[in-house]
Amino acid sequence: MAVLDVRGLNAYYGQSHILRDVDLTVRPGQMVCLIGRNGVGKTTLLKTVIGLLQQRSGSLELLGESITGLPPHQRARRGIAYVPQGREIIPQLTVRENLLLGLEALPGGLARQRHIDPLVFELFPVLEGFLNRRGGDLSGGQQQQLAIARALLGKPKLLLLDEPTEGIQPSVVLDIERAVRRIIASTGISVLLVEQHLHFVRQADWYYAMQKGGMVASGPTAELSKEVVDRFLSV
Amino acid sequence: MNLFYDTLFNGLAIGSVLVLAALGLAVVFGLMGVINMAHGELMMLGAYTTFVVQNVFKAVLPESVFPIYILVAIPFAFLVSGLAGLLLEKTVVRRLYGRPLETLLATWGVSLILQQFVRSVSSAFAIGLLLAVAIGLFLPRLLVRVQLAPRWAGLKGTISWISAGLVGIGVASLLGEERSLDQPWFSARNLDVTAPSWLRGSIELGGVTMPTARLFIIALTILALWGVTWFLQKSVWGIRIRAVTQNRSMSDCLGIPTETVDALTFLIGSGLAGVAGVAVTLLGSVGPNLGGNYIVDCFMVVVLGGVGKLLGTVLAALGIGVISYVVGSGSLLLIWPAMPAGLNELITFFATTSMAKVLVFALIVLFLQVRPAGLFPPKGRMVEA
Repeated sequence: MAVLDVRGLNAYYGQSHILRDVDLTVRPGQMVCLIGRNGVGKTTLLKTVIGLLQQRSGSLELLGESITGLPPHQRARRGIAYVPQGREIIPQLTVRENLLLGLEALPGGLARQRHIDPLVFELFPVLEGFLNRRGGDLSGGQQQQLAIARALLGKPKLLLLDEPTEGIQPSVVLDIERAVRRIIASTGISVLLVEQHLHFVRQADWYYAMQKGGMVASGPTAELSKEVVDRFLSV
Repeated sequence: MNLFYDTLFNGLAIGSVLVLAALGLAVVFGLMGVINMAHGELMMLGAYTTFVVQNVFKAVLPESVFPIYILVAIPFAFLVSGLAGLLLEKTVVRRLYGRPLETLLATWGVSLILQQFVRSVSSAFAIGLLLAVAIGLFLPRLLVRVQLAPRWAGLKGTISWISAGLVGIGVASLLGEERSLDQPWFSARNLDVTAPSWLRGSIELGGVTMPTARLFIIALTILALWGVTWFLQKSVWGIRIRAVTQNRSMSDCLGIPTETVDALTFLIGSGLAGVAGVAVTLLGSVGPNLGGNYIVDCFMVVVLGGVGKLLGTVLAALGIGVISYVVGSGSLLLIWPAMPAGLNELITFFATTSMAKVLVFALIVLFLQVRPAGLFPPKGRMVEA
């Protein structure tokens, strides 16, 4: 059974039609990458999956169950974690409190869960030293690592990553890539990734290419030809 | 010099009431971006609750326990105002989310309703109202089996509420035939709450006379501040409230039930207004218009204090309270009789309650020209982001 099954999805911002009959499937343990130039609807698709935007028509299924109409916090509790573009760390909360908020998606939420899995410090050692700093005072790369760590603490079944390497220095990009690969290998979760960085795109198992709000190509990333890359990845 | 400290102390007590009153407003405004115009009326409900608790103690309980009625009134006032606020959030504010102007207007309407409510509530009125609410809430459940065409499904609720209203009005007017049930609970004139004897004296400390009632208000304010700070910083719901205040949509995506957070915050903010109402009964008489006197000052506090910082609220409230009291009471002239002539006339000009308010507003306007974001604007890296 697919972790995420999207069928015939149409979504609008006000009057403008953004997503047009989008189909997409993410299988267990799979890393799927969405590619496409700016403004083709990749971020909108992720927002519709987490529930920040409600679709006009089409179906969304998580592990065979419909999640259409549920608010984001209920989707989070069912196993979707979202790392948005721009990280969206809660700025005035400490790094520890930000991490604790990741536990909200677990059964019982923060009232029952207080344990921060040390795995996240193994993946992102830099966070451990900053636990009592305010989240908003971290650098962009550190915030990105915090956002991914926070998402992982909820033990999601599907992780949505929106341009995790955008505007981040190359050494941290490699850290993040390595961490994401390790997460998939050790926990078996599925990842739906929006990415412009070709090196990172190549790590995925499967790609979907978007154009003008619709899917125009898909296949194993191993077969991602130079021609497709030139057409769909912005330079 | 003692006169100076006396004046300062009294100003501090007035400021403390303002802290209590504005605290709830600031917390709700920070979280939901909503200005609740009915906040002052929630204070008034707290004051009336104190009056009712006092009367119950007088009528039912032995005289020896009467002095503690004010301590009992505090949790009751918190509950009454808090529940009224919760009802307001669920029925009005939630439906207007993201529309601040409509919210302003709607909550102002609610404030008028609440004012008239305390004027005209009688036993018959209360029974009718309770009956109407009960029917309105439960009739749709009974009607579940009645099948309507989908396009008429929304009518079920409307019909229930209309019939509930009619039944309520009918019952109320029938019961109103009986004189004793038609008697309003509170007269339209102002009521006086008798402070218990231990709050009527005063304490002399180093030559400064401190009325115990005002000391009590200051202690209550400190306690409330400590409670709110502890709740926001340490409790699970406090972390959730702070997270939603700073980034609503991301908090939602993390699994925080934002609607519950909104309702809880509104309950707490309104409950604090109720506690402020208890404090107000110690300063003067209680009337339906009590809320209106405070709401404008509370807004000033929220604007001046800046959003999301309790310390800003506290300093702004104390500042406004102290300045308007010290200037308005005219005691500056008594403290410093040898004032130069020009200054002397200026101070006399502002030495009435209403002119002191004019001065405070003028000062606030000037201050906001220099620091538009209030006393404590957000700082640091995240401001640029």
